[in-house]
Amino acid sequence: MYAFVTGPLAWLTFIIFFCGVTYRAIWYFRGLNWQLDRVAYKPHMSYGIKGALRSIFFWLIPFGTHSWRFYPFFTICFFAFHIGLLFTPFFIYGHNVLLQERFGFSLWSMSDGAADFMTCMVLVAAIFIIMRRNALPEVRIITTPYDYLVLAIAVAPFVTGLLARHQVGNYNFWLITHILSGELFLVAIPLTKLSHFIGFFLSRAQIGMDYGIKRGGMKSKGLSW
Amino acid sequence: MPEGKLCNKQTVDTEEQLQALLDDKSGKQYYEEMNYLDVDSDALWATMQKTLKSRLKTWLKICAHCGMCADSCFFYLANKKDPEQVPSYKIISTLGELVKRKGQVDNAFMQTVMDTAWSKCTCCNRCGMYCPFGIDMGIMFSYTRGLCFSQGFVPWELKIGSGMHRIYRAQMNVTTEDWVDTCEWMAEEYEEDWPGLKIPVDVQNADIIYTVNAREPKHYPEDLAEAAILFHLAGENWTVPSEGWEETSLAMFAGDWGACKMQVETVYDAMTRLNAKRMVVTECGHAYRATVLEGPYWAGRKDGQTPIPTFHYVEWVAEALRTGKIKIDPDKKIKEPVTYQDSCNYIRNAGLKDVAREIMGYIAEDFREMKPNKEHNFCCGGGGGLNGIGRYREQRNIGLKVKRDQILETGCKLVIAPCHNCWDAIRDLEEEFRIGIRWSFLKPLLIHMAVVPDHLKPPEE
Ligand code: HEM
Ligand code: SF4
Ligand code: SF4
Ligand code: SF4
Repeated sequence: MYAFVTGPLAWLTFIIFFCGVTYRAIWYFRGLNWQLDRVAYKPHMSYGIKGALRSIFFWLIPFGTHSWRFYPFFTICFFAFHIGLLFTPFFIYGHNVLLQERFGFSLWSMSDGAADFMTCMVLVAAIFIIMRRNALPEVRIITTPYDYLVLAIAVAPFVTGLLARHQVGNYNFWLITHILSGELFLVAIPLTKLSHFIGFFLSRAQIGMDYGIKRGGMKSKGLSW
Repeated sequence: MPEGKLCNKQTVDTEEQLQALLDDKSGKQYYEEMNYLDVDSDALWATMQKTLKSRLKTWLKICAHCGMCADSCFFYLANKKDPEQVPSYKIISTLGELVKRKGQVDNAFMQTVMDTAWSKCTCCNRCGMYCPFGIDMGIMFSYTRGLCFSQGFVPWELKIGSGMHRIYRAQMNVTTEDWVDTCEWMAEEYEEDWPGLKIPVDVQNADIIYTVNAREPKHYPEDLAEAAILFHLAGENWTVPSEGWEETSLAMFAGDWGACKMQVETVYDAMTRLNAKRMVVTECGHAYRATVLEGPYWAGRKDGQTPIPTFHYVEWVAEALRTGKIKIDPDKKIKEPVTYQDSCNYIRNAGLKDVAREIMGYIAEDFREMKPNKEHNFCCGGGGGLNGIGRYREQRNIGLKVKRDQILETGCKLVIAPCHNCWDAIRDLEEEFRIGIRWSFLKPLLIHMAVVPDHLKPPEE
């Protein structure tokens, strides 16, 4: 079982992930249309790139935009969740051992304590995000079961990883579940709403170009995100 | 009855059609017929497949349902945080459903879409600045309006408005003759006070070609005279075109993209025909948006630019003050606290925030910002054509509360609003809530404050 999920299944997962994400990006760019979007992308590329970079940059910084500052509680949840989600997997000791075994290289590993901390940060943030979803009428009204499913797919590897590492119950069971949920997560990125993994950058770049080229970028220092 | 006599999928291209609509007071019969209008689902779906591309599809797909757009929308705030006014909800329940059901929707649903697209969104684009993905409901509702229009589900006034553009190339029935007559009349009317004042029509190779909002010749001809006086004071070599003088676009508010194209092409023709160096647009927000920002795309101009460089009136004013073409008498500067209505259309969507502040620096001693301001300012409440739609008067009036409170918070009694729609909305706001404010375009204030050089003064009696 272990050999299968870390062998052929893992490869399949990586292929779906990389091809899927690449396909999304290509599909997005090909679907842009200067006349329908009403943005002259090509003739003003330098303004466009400047607008795109500004639009991505400010939104990647905690409290870097008016909106992040307007919702401080959510902003903290959001960044705690995403930083944990995106960085932790690369710096887990166990993952790096695996990398070394299979590919002959590894990255820096954080201590087990730090790994537990990051994992808990993701889980706590996720709990707050769920509570917020239920507490605020303006969020509840747009929430669908699908949102919970996607959130569950995203945090499942963290829950199972934590259980496996602390050997709660059957280690092997949790290990396999951890690997499977991790693979499900990677496959879900291109195939579900988690495509915002790439979609965030694409969409922010586009709106940045829109503002950079058509909506004032040529006549001002740029929008104050 | 699949198609009504007045309410149907056809565009209004003849005076008879237009007159029939105008005769139907407040659109009574029009809206009655709308209840029986068939939805052509196949055509609707075909249009969506052709025009709904990766940008909008991605927006609909990746919306995290996080609600960060909620407080950005003035309608949400004005309606006591009604969750149904959350921008994301508004689009998911309309355009989102249309996509999901592949256009297989009924009449009642289309009416809901119409009501949402026009009475719950002014296309002010503020929410797009607050969404982490940059999802812009202003863009999506504008798109949705186009779909509604193609199916005949459009508010009566805007069906008329787009018909006006198709027939008169103006948002009102002002003909070329009416326009030229008004120019002559205004020049004569004010010549006594301003010797040598002219409104030059169709002069070739001028430095400036000036274009307006049809409401000016129709209802406020003094505005045109004031523009002439200021150009005269500044010593500008300017002209107006006899055709292609109308900058506004009710067709844009209606989602009638065909009429949008026809309208802006007349203006672009005038630019090339008269070979002016640059164009200046009157104090109107959506006019600038339509003809300068969006128009080049409707007209298929690949560089997204107008044939000659174009400037909003505030840009010209700032330049005239900066270069000293117009000098302000320091004694006549505005002494009382005064605030400025940042228009979505040329501040948020065209980056002119600093220009507006520069002007205020020259003319006001106690300029106070609204909160929020500049590109983050709230819509006045009347944008996107909403001011003019009788069916949604109540919703519009509720929406005005946000602007009312913003103005009250500044403590100012005078609001400068260099945008026709904003100006109207603020006037209606005063009518509705009686908060004791005055509102003004820049032109009359500037004329009052400007130093008049001796050689331009009328001869002493
Ligand atoms: C594969 C990695 C990622 C996963 C699994 C993930 C997961 C999630 C989840 C579950 C939500 C919903 C939160 C909620 O329920 O409110 C969310 C929201 C969001 N994510 Fe991600 N995300 C990932 C990568 C990214 C990246 C790379 C970015 C951009 C830097 C990003 C930006 C956002 C934004 C802007 C939101 C929406 C607003 C919000 O809920 O804060 N995500 N993400
Ligand atoms: S564009 Fe303006 S009015 Fe429309 S939903 Fe967004 S914030 Fe509200
Ligand atoms: S802020 Fe953006 S992602 Fe969040 S609910 Fe609104 S539209 Fe969707
Ligand atoms: S009327 Fe003025 S404030 Fe309102 S949408 Fe138009 S430009 Fe914006």
